Amino acid sequence: MADSFTFFLIQILNGVQEGLLLFLVASGLTLVFGIMGIINLAHGSFYMLGAYLAFALAAATGNLLVAIMLAIPLALAIGLALEFLLFRHLYRRDHLYQVLLTYGLILVFEESRSLVFGDDVHGVAIPRFLDFSIPLTANLSYPAYRLAMSAVCLLVAGAMWLLIAKTRLGMAIRAGATNREMVQSLGIDIAWVYRAVFALGVALAAFAGMIAAPVASVFPGMGNQILIISFVVVVIGGIGSIKGAFLGSLLIGLADTFGQVLVPQLAGMTVYVLMAAVLVWRPAGLFGSRAA
Amino acid sequence: MNANSNLERMLMIGGLILLAIFPLLAGKFYLQLFAKIMIMAIFAMSLDLLVGFTGLVSFGHAAFYGVGAYALWLASPKYAATSLYLSLPLAMAASAVAALVIGLLVLRSSGVYFIMVTLAFAQMFFYYVTGAKWLGGSDGVYIYVKPDAALFGWTPFSLENAASFYYLVLLALAATYLVLRLLAGSLFGHALRGIRGNEPRMRALGFATFGYKLAAFVVAGSLAGLAGYLDAAQYGFVTPDFFGWRLSGVVLMMVILGGMGTLYGPVLGAFALVLLQDSLSDATRHWLLPMGIFIILAVLLLPQGIGGLLRRREAEDG
Repeated sequence: MADSFTFFLIQILNGVQEGLLLFLVASGLTLVFGIMGIINLAHGSFYMLGAYLAFALAAATGNLLVAIMLAIPLALAIGLALEFLLFRHLYRRDHLYQVLLTYGLILVFEESRSLVFGDDVHGVAIPRFLDFSIPLTANLSYPAYRLAMSAVCLLVAGAMWLLIAKTRLGMAIRAGATNREMVQSLGIDIAWVYRAVFALGVALAAFAGMIAAPVASVFPGMGNQILIISFVVVVIGGIGSIKGAFLGSLLIGLADTFGQVLVPQLAGMTVYVLMAAVLVWRPAGLFGSRAA
Repeated sequence: MNANSNLERMLMIGGLILLAIFPLLAGKFYLQLFAKIMIMAIFAMSLDLLVGFTGLVSFGHAAFYGVGAYALWLASPKYAATSLYLSLPLAMAASAVAALVIGLLVLRSSGVYFIMVTLAFAQMFFYYVTGAKWLGGSDGVYIYVKPDAALFGWTPFSLENAASFYYLVLLALAATYLVLRLLAGSLFGHALRGIRGNEPRMRALGFATFGYKLAAFVVAGSLAGLAGYLDAAQYGFVTPDFFGWRLSGVVLMMVILGGMGTLYGPVLGAFALVLLQDSLSDATRHWLLPMGIFIILAVLLLPQGIGGLLRRREAEDG
């Protein structure tokens, strides 16, 4: 009895952890769409980029934490560069062209990955001080690294909320989403606000890839997998809504985890069924205010 | 507008003649390659009905291509041929039904939601088939014998012959073009363009826009099924990748780069992209890298597609 309850608890922990990780990716996607009106198919590639950066730098330095510290500024720099080179040309163009260009970008990222790292699956070691399990009952335990992941994701989510709700930059971001011209005429350089938001989104997705690398391993196609699930999250939560992305991510994380335990023959389908249900019930998403 | 349709007619007739005499000049390899291009052209035209005419940017059109392909496999006995006249309509009907069910759900959303939702539903097919043992799972399935064209004991042609197969695909291409051209010129087609321009206004005029969009989605889906069926018949090998987002992306690319809203644009796009892909993949295993760079540059430098180049030339001449 105690065991089955603990098993249930473990599934909840797994679902929440998956959901929180997903939130890091989906929040960037929804922010970039909500504020700049850009649909970015290459967002999943940033997750992949983070994972491969963590893999390469951890191999070079021998320490995942050092690797992450090095990789975050790199991801930010790549985000800034991409915004400057490509994405700023897309702000006023139709979604169609955004889809096209970012699709081309996925191909570039995937093939560059294949050229540099090959097509094998790689593993990344869990940092030694987190490489243990917390015993829950006589038979069941939970890995400390997964708990630490959840905690870090919650910290990041909290920091994001502070940034957007309480700081001047956050104010400019929220205002820029509503009325670009007004923000500009008040003397705020909206181009830099956009650039900052985009780089932040890239860094968040890359960071998610870095901390996921030890548990999910590093493999080709990992970016597209998470991109599509992030789309589902955004559709469920409502485009542009951080709150929606947060709850949507948790919902998807739990649905996916429990789907795999309860109906394994349809594993992977549960999240889409959930999306279909939300579409029928609330086509604009749970927290979507405007019809896109 | 008039000059445009004249140019289009010339392009289509000239193209048709060239394609019709092509088998007299080319070997088997090029026949198969060009049949593949025409199959992609059918697929791209079907998507153009949604993207170009109705303004519905579907990023999941491969779902119906895949349904058509798997329908042929399901209709084929293991080591014998299925009837062409039975399995082809069956495959198109299966894709139409799939498009009806998916359309009822995805058409509740619009704009950027629509892009994401169509992609997600196509992925749902992909994941389902990848895990489904009865559909061959991730390994895919083989169709050992091509469909049989026998009619009441008389066999007008055999699809095992590359030239016959080529002409069947050419016929399908011409038929698809004609059907879509007729649809585009009808009241239905005008209503679709009205929806693309301003859907609330169309509703105010008394058009049940949802029904129009759903009808367009189903027609596009069944024509995509036709393309998938022909692909499966030509190569005899079907994998879950038929449903994949990569194929959806490639076909969307053909429509946009070729010039959407015109039917010849997607055909041009199919020729350009498949030939580019073919020559690049001969040159390097990593051909997707130059392909990606090409797409990015095309978006930045050619805002109206290849077809747009033609139109611009015309505008300058006239």
